[in-house]
Amino acid sequence: MSTSSNEIVLQARGLVKRYGDFSAVAGIDFEVRRGESFGILGPNGAGKSTTMKMISAVSKRTDGELTILGKDPNQKGPEIRAHLGVVPQKDLLDRELKAWENLFVYGRYFGLPRKWLRTKVDELLAFAQLEDKRNSKVDEMSGGMQRRLAIARGLVNEPEILLLDEPTTGLDPQARHVLWDRLFRLRENGVTIILTTHYMDEAEQLCDRLVVMDAGKIMAEGAPADLIKQYASKEVLELRFGTDRNEETAPKVANFGDRVEVLPDRILLYTENGEKSLEQVMDSGLKPVTSLVRRASLEDVFLRLTGRSLVD
Amino acid sequence: MSDLRFTPGAVVDAQRAIRGGSWRVAEYRLRNMMHWWAAIISFGLGNPVLYLVSVGIGIGGLVDKASGGHLLGGVPYLQFVAPALLASAAIQGVMDEVTFPVMEGFTWEKYFFAINATSVSARQICNGVMIAAFARGVWTVVMYGVILVLFGAIPLGSLFPLMLSSLIGGIAWAAVIMSVSANLKNDDGVFAIIGRFVIAPMFLFSGTFYPINLMPIYLQWIGWISPLWHATQLGRDYTIGEAEPTWLVTVHYLYFAALLVTGMLIGYRAFVRRLGE
Repeated sequence: MSTSSNEIVLQARGLVKRYGDFSAVAGIDFEVRRGESFGILGPNGAGKSTTMKMISAVSKRTDGELTILGKDPNQKGPEIRAHLGVVPQKDLLDRELKAWENLFVYGRYFGLPRKWLRTKVDELLAFAQLEDKRNSKVDEMSGGMQRRLAIARGLVNEPEILLLDEPTTGLDPQARHVLWDRLFRLRENGVTIILTTHYMDEAEQLCDRLVVMDAGKIMAEGAPADLIKQYASKEVLELRFGTDRNEETAPKVANFGDRVEVLPDRILLYTENGEKSLEQVMDSGLKPVTSLVRRASLEDVFLRLTGRSLVD
Repeated sequence: MSDLRFTPGAVVDAQRAIRGGSWRVAEYRLRNMMHWWAAIISFGLGNPVLYLVSVGIGIGGLVDKASGGHLLGGVPYLQFVAPALLASAAIQGVMDEVTFPVMEGFTWEKYFFAINATSVSARQICNGVMIAAFARGVWTVVMYGVILVLFGAIPLGSLFPLMLSSLIGGIAWAAVIMSVSANLKNDDGVFAIIGRFVIAPMFLFSGTFYPINLMPIYLQWIGWISPLWHATQLGRDYTIGEAEPTWLVTVHYLYFAALLVTGMLIGYRAFVRRLGE
């Protein structure tokens, strides 16, 4: 579901960030509309976090153009940041302070009045499902709770754009789902969200539109379903013949699908009908050790674009 | 299960947020300090009492008795040493707030990066740390000063100028140490080295316990470059009327100003560079 309008809140043109001779971000173009949920998908080292630092209006770009909320972050950093909510990868919560104090103190940085904040803090704790952790210190909370507190903190100034850097990295599946639910609600309520992730399922769940990044460049851009349609097939048949036999068997199954990809541990056969292709493989006398038919995902898109897996 | 509804961007007045940034960082630092209130209060009270009893009364008693009170121009040793002890306490108290908190902010917990993600700028974070350190200094000198008066170590009338000169000396030195802390990637025992090879000699050779001119000339320079000596001289000028010529009083304050400006400029650069990486 998207509640985006046509108003562009963030625009990057030929955006570059260099550290010495190394280009962490090597000229990227994208734009984000108000109310949109936008993802930056890529493996570790793709330049996602560097991009995030630039669009958080803290790290200055080396080259190119960047406009956030109609302003240039190199000139108007603090002014832009007054309306951003940032959830850093490593939470950066204050361990000396209690949960509520973390939100309160953060709100004060934006010049918000104490009285208003006292109500807001309770509202945010309820949203993050942390009411009973109000007076707990950060170390007494689980990883999932800490991340939810960090998200609540990022919302204390009622931001125009919420930026999340790898929001569910390091969380267990249950904690991830609670978090996705919270983010989904924000998205329904019209908050513009920009997130980086190396999890394709996360990107598919949360993003209206995304860019796939690798080695500092954008490889593709579009809605998750469109990207899958464009770069992969409808279904994927995964076949395992054993590590030694995958490579030699691949040409024999290639005819049963649109395209074949050989990974060290398995063969991926891209096809419109996985069950039918599997039948053809079995009929041809080949006997895979295991087989699996699944929907094509962004993982397959990434593999197609870069020849590598998202998660190494 | 609670929902959250708001009009994005409506609640924050960016200009107002930007204006008060330094003060809000100071507010945070003070709130953080409050978690250590027991240590801060007991140190603030215990330190002067211990020093005054042991050095002022103990050693002082010995010095005064041996000299028949003529050694320091008729000034009792307790009164001679009191302004130096206050200046030293101010310098140490303020320094506490610009060493580990800065390391914590940049390296150990990286809180400064979270603060910098708001409308607060790198320079404002630096200012906020210094304002909070100054507040800690005020607490330290007030505690110390009152106890000095109670011990009869300084005249009541000299309390205010003495506290002020010590505080200025403390904050000038804090700026220098803050600029060092802000440039450290990791501790690596640097603070221990500063403690042993800078603070300890400064304490011993700045005319704290004896007039600096009793030292051979080749050791007196340690005092001249030490903010503690400058603060001590100013303090003695106010308390026991150790008449410093006007030009020397000016030099003392100019020296503090130079330390403060240099420290802040180097500190600002480090804050801006590290937070904007």
